[in-house]
Amino acid sequence: MLEFIIGKYNFWIYIILMMIGFYAMISKNNLIKKIIGMNIFQTAIILFYVSIAYKKGGATLPILTDADAHGEHIITIAQYINPLPHVLMLTAIVVMVATLGVALAIAIMLYRKYHTLEEDEIIKALK
Amino acid sequence: MITEQAPILIVIVPLMAALVTPLLGWIRKDICYIWVILALFVSVMSSATVLNTVIHNGIIHYHLGNWLPPWGIEYVIDHLNAMMLVLVSGTAFLVAIYSRRSIEQELPEQTVYFYTLFLLQVTGFLGIVITGDVFNLYVFLEIASLAGYALIAIGEEGAPLASFRYIILGTVGACFYLLGVGYLYIVTGSLNMADLAGILPELYGSKVVLVAFAFFMVGLALKMALFPLHVWLPDAYTKAPSVASTLIAPLMTKVAIYVLLRLMFTIFRPYLSFELLPMTKILLIAGIVAIFAGAIMALAQVDFKRMLCYIIVAEVGYMVGGIGLANSVAIKGVVLHIMNDVVMTLGLFTVAGIISFKMKSHNLTDFKGLFKKMPLTMAAFVVVALSIIGVPPTCGFFSKWYLIQGSALAGNWIFIVALLFSSLINIVLFFRIIEIGYYNLDASVSHGHDHDEGSVVSEAPVSMLVPTLAVAVIILLIGFYNQSIITNIIQYAVPKL
Repeated sequence: MLEFIIGKYNFWIYIILMMIGFYAMISKNNLIKKIIGMNIFQTAIILFYVSIAYKKGGATLPILTDADAHGEHIITIAQYINPLPHVLMLTAIVVMVATLGVALAIAIMLYRKYHTLEEDEIIKALK
Repeated sequence: MITEQAPILIVIVPLMAALVTPLLGWIRKDICYIWVILALFVSVMSSATVLNTVIHNGIIHYHLGNWLPPWGIEYVIDHLNAMMLVLVSGTAFLVAIYSRRSIEQELPEQTVYFYTLFLLQVTGFLGIVITGDVFNLYVFLEIASLAGYALIAIGEEGAPLASFRYIILGTVGACFYLLGVGYLYIVTGSLNMADLAGILPELYGSKVVLVAFAFFMVGLALKMALFPLHVWLPDAYTKAPSVASTLIAPLMTKVAIYVLLRLMFTIFRPYLSFELLPMTKILLIAGIVAIFAGAIMALAQVDFKRMLCYIIVAEVGYMVGGIGLANSVAIKGVVLHIMNDVVMTLGLFTVAGIISFKMKSHNLTDFKGLFKKMPLTMAAFVVVALSIIGVPPTCGFFSKWYLIQGSALAGNWIFIVALLFSSLINIVLFFRIIEIGYYNLDASVSHGHDHDEGSVVSEAPVSMLVPTLAVAVIILLIGFYNQSIITNIIQYAVPKL
């Protein structure tokens, strides 16, 4: 059991981070805290993707060490880390930054209108 | 030559046009309107070409940058997404024509940026529908959602908060989808839908695949506003600018249902969805609950747009429940209903937009004497309302008929009861509006000054009226030609069950 937890600690951290973010999104009243929660939630997914690319036992980047001469290429799959999830996460980071930007812009809009960032106070002002 | 490139033109033209729009707006504001219509016209034409090719020559595979799948991104267009492409681009085109006067009135300062976002939103929807790559789909899903958040936020009082809540829930939905993609990638090492479909059947026993499936389902349920995950929808669509809700309301939920169909029948086989997992039951119960809840909550509304939002929630229940029936007649009904619902919701929201353009309100109590004031608009409204209720020969009848047939075939009587119940509620809902608009003239006479205003015919501007009437005509046309639509397109879109 302990081995199961320690051996896959990165996945446990991803789950814990995701739940922290989720909790903040659901239960916090302050809009900025919600946004921070959303960001933690998304970052946890980046950790998840990076983890699934990793290989134990000295795997390295898929760079051809000796491209011109023959031999010395890293060609066995076990020897290099899968680069694709990293590339996917570059795209996902861009998406997340854009989401963060839109969310913050709307928070600013709300603050200018209602002079508060607490959700319950805004709802009160709306009624 | 150019027709070979049509699949990419559908997406790339609105995307590039969106980037050029702010520059054009810098020179002159009013060119943007023409520009948007032009871009979407190219998109509509390309979609029509693609649909035509698919009907005559079968499925199209388009490899982006000539990278072969499964490594490169591939656009795959079969009958289902060819139909969706025409629907999405056609809807966007009509809304673009419709938008001018309403935007001038509601958002005089932000016209240029509105049109930029408008095109990005359409790009997102088209991309979701056309792509054959699960990660690409995520990116387009987020493009569509982000543009949607921004479009909703610039609406009336309370819109920013509604949009903020939508961001929080929408992000959770998209992230769940992304996690699902990740879990599938762990076990298959592929992102291409066709490739995944080939690899996955051997792995159906794996828990990782089941987790991925669960994440996909919850994420999509959030995006399609399946009850009880619909909470973001009514506020967001009610408070958005009328043109924005006219664009987003018909498309967002339906596109999500398209993704659900793709996922359950293309990426995963029906064998997993229906035999290994109890999806039949889950979807049916979710659908039935959504129909009842949506219909009952629609009854309680005094705001026209909000009432329409709850009708959308009920309609989502129709389609999800229909998928849950798991026989080909019902799925045929679902696909036909996707088409009908896009057109009907478009019709309802165009009418709502015209009314709020004229009356500066979408509250039902302000609807007095509308039939006298705007006879053509209200005639279109009656056609759409009859279609939502499901009166032949409007299109709404036929999809409901297939759904009822399908549930009789599956022996599920509760779903039939739910469908009939919701039709009855719709009768009450729409006849209540017709009563206020038509018979309630006495009330306005007693007001004196209202009377003068109410009895003069003042139709909506032509640019708004024409798309609305076009929608009413399309509803009747789909009704008349539903048989040929089914034999030419929809029967190929239905998986073999």
